[in-house]
Amino acid sequence: MVQEEACSLPLPPGPLMTKSESVLSPVRLSVRSPADEEGVHDSFQQLIAEHRDNGAASSALELQQLQSDLDEENRDNMPLSGPEHEHRRRQGASDLECDGGEREMDPIQGEGWSSDTLKILSSMPSRTIGRNRGAIISQYCNKTLKLRRRRQTRPSIRDFSPSSRPSIRSYGMEGDTTDAEVSKRERLVNNLQNLPVSDRVRMLRGMPLSVAEKKEIRNLVMQKEKRILSNKKLSCCSQLKYYIIIAARKSWYSWLSFLHSLQPWQTLLKRVSGRFGTGVLSYFLFLKTLVFFNVFLFLVTGAFLVLPQAVHPPYRDTTSFSGLELLTGAGSFSHTVMYYGYYANYTLPRRSRDEGGGQNASTLTSDSQQFSYNMPLAYFFTIGMAFFITCIILVYSMSKTFGRSFRINKSNSILTMKTFSCWDFKVIKKKSVQIMSENIGTQLKELLAELTQKHTKSTFCKRFCRLMVHGVAWTICIASTTGCMAGVYYFSEFIHKDLQQNHRNLDVNPLMKEAKLLSLPTVVSVINLLLPALFNLVGWMETYESPSVFAYVAIGRNLMLKMSMLGVLCFHWLGRVAPEYKSIGLTCWEDFVGQELYRFLLMDFIFTLLDTLFGELLWRLFSEKVLKRKRKPVFDIARNVLDLIYGQTLAWLGVLFSPVLPVVQILKLFLVFYIKMSSVMLNCQAPRKPYRASQMTTIFITLLCIPSLLGASVCVTYTMWSITPSTSCGPFRTLDTMFKAGKHWMEILEKDNPSLSVLSKAHTYFVENPFFLFVGAGIFLIVIYFHSQVVDGQRKIISLLQDQIQNEGEDKKFLINRLQSVHKQKQDAGKRLKSQDSTC
Amino acid sequence: MILHRCVIVSILCKFRLHLKGFVIMFSAIKPSIQSICFSHAVFLSLQDCTFFTRKEILRLHGRYHELAPHLVPMDYTNEPDCKIPLALIVNMPELKENPFRNRIVESFSEDGMGNLSFNEFVDMFSVLSEMAPRELKAIYAFKIYDFNVDNYLCKEDLEKTLNKLTKEELTPEEVELVCEKTIEEADLDGDHKLSFADFENMISRAPDFLSTFHIRI
Repeated sequence: MVQEEACSLPLPPGPLMTKSESVLSPVRLSVRSPADEEGVHDSFQQLIAEHRDNGAASSALELQQLQSDLDEENRDNMPLSGPEHEHRRRQGASDLECDGGEREMDPIQGEGWSSDTLKILSSMPSRTIGRNRGAIISQYCNKTLKLRRRRQTRPSIRDFSPSSRPSIRSYGMEGDTTDAEVSKRERLVNNLQNLPVSDRVRMLRGMPLSVAEKKEIRNLVMQKEKRILSNKKLSCCSQLKYYIIIAARKSWYSWLSFLHSLQPWQTLLKRVSGRFGTGVLSYFLFLKTLVFFNVFLFLVTGAFLVLPQAVHPPYRDTTSFSGLELLTGAGSFSHTVMYYGYYANYTLPRRSRDEGGGQNASTLTSDSQQFSYNMPLAYFFTIGMAFFITCIILVYSMSKTFGRSFRINKSNSILTMKTFSCWDFKVIKKKSVQIMSENIGTQLKELLAELTQKHTKSTFCKRFCRLMVHGVAWTICIASTTGCMAGVYYFSEFIHKDLQQNHRNLDVNPLMKEAKLLSLPTVVSVINLLLPALFNLVGWMETYESPSVFAYVAIGRNLMLKMSMLGVLCFHWLGRVAPEYKSIGLTCWEDFVGQELYRFLLMDFIFTLLDTLFGELLWRLFSEKVLKRKRKPVFDIARNVLDLIYGQTLAWLGVLFSPVLPVVQILKLFLVFYIKMSSVMLNCQAPRKPYRASQMTTIFITLLCIPSLLGASVCVTYTMWSITPSTSCGPFRTLDTMFKAGKHWMEILEKDNPSLSVLSKAHTYFVENPFFLFVGAGIFLIVIYFHSQVVDGQRKIISLLQDQIQNEGEDKKFLINRLQSVHKQKQDAGKRLKSQDSTC
Repeated sequence: MILHRCVIVSILCKFRLHLKGFVIMFSAIKPSIQSICFSHAVFLSLQDCTFFTRKEILRLHGRYHELAPHLVPMDYTNEPDCKIPLALIVNMPELKENPFRNRIVESFSEDGMGNLSFNEFVDMFSVLSEMAPRELKAIYAFKIYDFNVDNYLCKEDLEKTLNKLTKEELTPEEVELVCEKTIEEADLDGDHKLSFADFENMISRAPDFLSTFHIRI
C-alpha cells in the first residue's frame, strides 16, 4: 500500500526533471551577458553547471547548432513545415484566443510573442506529454533505464550516456525529430530487451502509444533477442531455459484466459452497470467477492474435513427423509457430514475401517503409522487456518481499497473532480444517462451555491430544533433496538424452557417439535426486515445536509441492530445451550447450534425473497397502478449489503459446527444474485442520490472484516478455548476443550518416541503461553504505527512537492519573460546595426 | 383489382417471412463467422501490448466486424489495413449515449479524424478496461477532455465539457463561474489553464476516477 501511494504522488519525477532541463537550456542560450546572468536564480547555476558537465561534447554541439538556428531565425519567419507546424500554429492561435479575456491579469501572455518563444513554449515537456511521440518514447526510455538500474540486471556504461536524457533538441528542432526519435527508439528497444519479460510486458502495456507502435517496438525487441540468441550460440542449457520461459508464458496466457472464462456473470454485470452505474454494480461485485470467500472456505473444509470423513463413514444413518429437514436442517440431516457430531475423534486408518460402530474406539496409533489422518487435529487446524487465511485476505483487500479510495492528501478541488471524474463511462442506457446528467447539474449548482454564499449561521433556535430531532430519532432507534434485543433474549429463554419441558414429557409429535425450532429464526428475521424500515422512516423525518452523512447514519443504525441480534444469539447458544445441553435432551450441542445456524441462514434467505417480492415488485405495481406515479423504487444498496454481511457472519459462525455450511451459503448467494438481478432490472430505477462507490466499497469491506469476521472468530475462538465439547460426539469428545487436541496429540507423540519431547515442550511453551500472544499483538500494533508514520511523512512530502510545483510555475513565467526580453533586445540591436549599416 | 392487391400483399408477406427466416438463419450462422483467422503471433503481440486475453480479443474482433461487415475482412492473418469511420463506431451501444463519444474515438485514432483500425479499436477498450493503470487512463482522459487539441485544458475545453456533462442545463454564467473556480482550484503553476501535470495531480486524488473511467465490453 505504501508503494502504491508513493507511485501516485501528484507529480511524477519524469516530467518535472525534463521540464527544468528544457527550460534551462534556453536560458543558457539567451542569457549571455554577465549582467543578465546575475539575474538568474543562484540555485540554477549549480544545475547549469551540472548540465554542462553531463552534456559535455554532445550537448555543447547541440546548443551551438541551436544558437545558430536562433540567430538565423531572428526575423521571425521560420521556415516551418509539416503537420507538426500546423499543429503548433493552431496551438499558438488557440493559446492567444482562449487567454484573450485575461490578458491584463497574466503578465506571461503578452501580445508580442516572438516565434522563438512560442516554439520553446510549445516544445515544453508538459505540453508534449501524451501527445508527442518523441516525448513519450524518451520518457519511457528513462523509466526503463530506472527500472533496469533498480533491478541491476547487466548494467552497461553505454546506457548511461547523457544524451538519453531528453534535451531540447529532440523536441524543438523539426529537422532532427525523426532522427532523434529513431535513436531514442533504439535505446528504448535496448532497454526493454534487457528487462525481464514480466517487466517488459508491463511497460509495453502501460505505454500511451498506439498498439501498432507498441507492436513494432515489441517486434524489434523480439528480433533483437533472437539475433542475440543465434549469435551467441547459447549453450544447450540456456537455450532450454529460453524455451521453458516461452512455454511458461504461453501457458500463463492460456491460464489467464481460462481464469477469465471462470468469472461468472460477466454479461449480467455489464447490463446492470450499463443501466444503473457504479453504485448498484458495487452491490453485485460485493456479492461476488462473498461467493469467492465461501468457495475458498468450502474448498478448505471440503478437502481436509468432509472428504476424509466421507470416505470413512463411522456408522450408517437410519433416520428417513421427511422433507422438513430442508427447512430445519435436523432430522435425517443431523447424522451426516453436515454437522460436527459426525466427525470421528480417532485417527483415520489407511483402509476403510471394518470394526464399525465403535463410537469411542480410538484406533491404536501404532497400527496406522504409515498413513494416518488425525481427525481432531485436522478439524482444529483446518478451521483455524481457514479463519486465519480469510482474515489475511480481507485485511489485504481492505488496505488496498483504503489506499485507492482515501488518498493521503484530502483534496480541496471538489469542483474539478466533479467535472472530470464523475461521469460514469459505463452507463449506456438513455434514461440513466439523462438522470446522471441531471444529477451532475444539480450537484454542480449546489457546490456553486456553497462556494459563492458563505455559510450562513443558523440561529440558536434552529440548531436546537435540529438537535432535538436528531436526539429523538436516535432515541427511537436505540430504544427499538434494545426492545428487540430484550424480546429476542426472553423469547430464546422461553424456547429453551419449552424444550426442557418437552424433553420431560415424551409424547410430543416429533414433527411439531422440529417445526417449533423454526420460531426463533423467524422472529429474528422479521425483526431484521421490519426495523430497517422503521429506521428509514426515522431517517426520512430528520433532514441531513449531506447525503453521505445520511448514508453513514443509516448504515450505523442497521449495523447496531444486526450486531446486537447476533450478540444475543451467540449468548443464547454458547451461554445457555452449551453448558446445559443435557437438560434439553441433546446428545450433541454442537449439532444443535449448527442446525440453528442453518435455519437462520435459510430464514434470512426466505425473508430476502419476501422483501424482494413485497418491497420491490408489489410496491412498484402498487405505485404504478394505484398511485399512478411514474417513479419506480430505488434500490437500497446499503441495506442490502448489510443483509449480505449479516448472512456471511452467520456462515462464518457456523463453519465450526457445520463444515458444509459454506455450500449452503454459496447456493443462497447464487440464488440471491439472480433474484436481485432480475428484481433490479424489472422494478428499480437508477438512484438519484450521488453514490461514492469506491468509498462505500471500502466501508463495506471494512465492516465485513471488523465486526463480522472479527466477531465470528472471537466466538469460534471462545468456543475452542473455554467451552467443554459434548462428551459423546464429535472429534473432541474426550477432551476438556477443543484447544487441548494439540496437547493431546503431543502427549501421544511423546509417549511413542521420547526423542520428540523437545517438540512437546516447545508446544507447551509457545502455544499455551499467553506471553507470545501479547508479543504478536504488540508487533502488529508497532507495524500499524510505523505505517501511519510513513503515511504522515508522505503527506508532508506531498505538500512540499506542491510548493515546488508552484515555484516551478513562477520560475517558468520568469524565465519566459526573460527570454522574451532578451530576444527583443537582440532584435533591436540587430535593427540598430542594420540601420547603422544603411546610414553608413 | 382487389384480388390482385391481395395477391401482391400475400406475396410481400411471404417474402418478408422468407427474409425473417434468412435473418434467423444468418444469426444462427453468425458465431461460426466470428471465428476469424488470427495468426498466433498476432495474438501474442496483442496480449503483450494490451490488457486483454485471447478470448476477449476474439470477442472484440467480433464486435469490430459487426460494425462494418462489408469493410472488415474475416481473415486477419496478414493484418489487412482497414479502418472503420467514426460514424459507425459511435453507434456502438457502449458509446452511443456517451456525451464524449466523438472525443473518445478521435483521441484513439491515429489520424485524429476518428477512423479506427482494429489495433486502435483494441487499444481504446484496453485503456478503458478495468486493468489499465491510473497513469495511462489519465493521459487518455486528458486527451478526451482536450477538445481543441492544444495540450492544455483551457476555459473553452472546460465549457464544452460542462455543457456535455449537464446537457446544457447550466446557464452560461454558471458555466463561467464553474470554469473559473475549477481552474482556480486545480491550476498549480498559475498559467490559468490546466496542463497535464495539473490534471494528473487532480486525478490522482479523485478516488472514483478509476472505477468510472471504465467501459465494460
